[in-house]
Amino acid sequence: MSPSHFVALAVILFVIGAVGVLVRRNALVIFMCVELMLNAVNLAFVAFARLHANLDGQVIAFFVMVVAAAEVVVGLAIIMAMFRARRSASVDDANLLKY
Amino acid sequence: MTAGQLLAAGQSTSAGASVAFWVLAVISVSAGLGMVLARRAVYCAVLLAVVMLSLAILYAVAGAPFLAFVQIIVYTGAVLMLFLFVLMIVGVASKDSMRETIAGQRLAAGVAGIALLVLLGLIVGHAAIGPAAPAGTGYGANNVRGLAILVFTKYVFPFEVTAALLITAALGAMVLAHRERTTPKPTQRELAHQRVAGGRPSPLPGPGVYARHNAVDFPALLPDGSPSELSVSPIIAAREQEMRAGGAVPLPPGGDAANGAASGPEDAGRGPEGAGRGPEGAGRGPGGAGSEPEEVRP
Repeated sequence: MSPSHFVALAVILFVIGAVGVLVRRNALVIFMCVELMLNAVNLAFVAFARLHANLDGQVIAFFVMVVAAAEVVVGLAIIMAMFRARRSASVDDANLLKY
Repeated sequence: MTAGQLLAAGQSTSAGASVAFWVLAVISVSAGLGMVLARRAVYCAVLLAVVMLSLAILYAVAGAPFLAFVQIIVYTGAVLMLFLFVLMIVGVASKDSMRETIAGQRLAAGVAGIALLVLLGLIVGHAAIGPAAPAGTGYGANNVRGLAILVFTKYVFPFEVTAALLITAALGAMVLAHRERTTPKPTQRELAHQRVAGGRPSPLPGPGVYARHNAVDFPALLPDGSPSELSVSPIIAAREQEMRAGGAVPLPPGGDAANGAASGPEDAGRGPEGAGRGPEGAGRGPGGAGSEPEEVRP
């Protein structure tokens, strides 16, 4: 099982997440797709760490997880505030800057 | 997880690792596709859990057992639970509308996705990623020890910055989730007055009481044998109505009823956005949690 297989899987998952961010309109689902992209990048880090047989990639993946956890906390709080103000979690309804 | 360690520490082309990789790759890609395609946000969350668990096992296969456990504990345990909590508040019945607000957006997104896939595929293909180097000292049983040495020596400054980041995130979430109380908190006397003046001083009937089945989705029977519409939770009633109509009845975005029931009486009458929205929002009176819609079931 060479690391290139892992990197290919990471690429596919990253693209799926990116398309999800572009297509979906529920803010929560968009956040889940962002999480999928972060996970795909983590998988690539782990694969490259295995490729070079050192642990730096794993440490970076660990830091990515920490940052992702912080990002989810703040992002979900923003979604909650948005939902409270507009009674909707759809990104189409948050268009106040348009006018 | 020891099996994964041994697999990763041994020859990387061993059969067990390949079988695990291919099975998990198929599972995670199909779950990811399902996450993008599923209309309900709850299905997306469950499919995301599938992706994260299979990625955790892939980490173990790739020689990162510590990350596998962190993935399960942090992502599947904490982050996904947070998602589910917010989902329950925002409205579990909320669905994405499939109407395109920007013309051709989905097609453009698909084209962009294919373009991104081709681009990244070309990059990875040109990178000439060779076979894995023989596993070093940090692989196998010494993984946690090696990671700890790295985190507390070479990466100690990013590690400290992480602490500041986490504190900032916690504070930010508290500030964002805080809601200033604009009206004084209703006293017990005011609540009692409101209740008596609201026309129904008694508690609402429970569902399924003396009905044919004792279930939450079954309305209680009144003394004259007719079903009591008030006894069924508006969320369940709306879901049944929608299932009966084959998913054609549009729900109000974000499930008003779930929030109305959760946010207490100070939220009632906050504005026109809750009233007259759909079948559940229409009947919501000044009681918030206490009042139930009259005409939920046809």
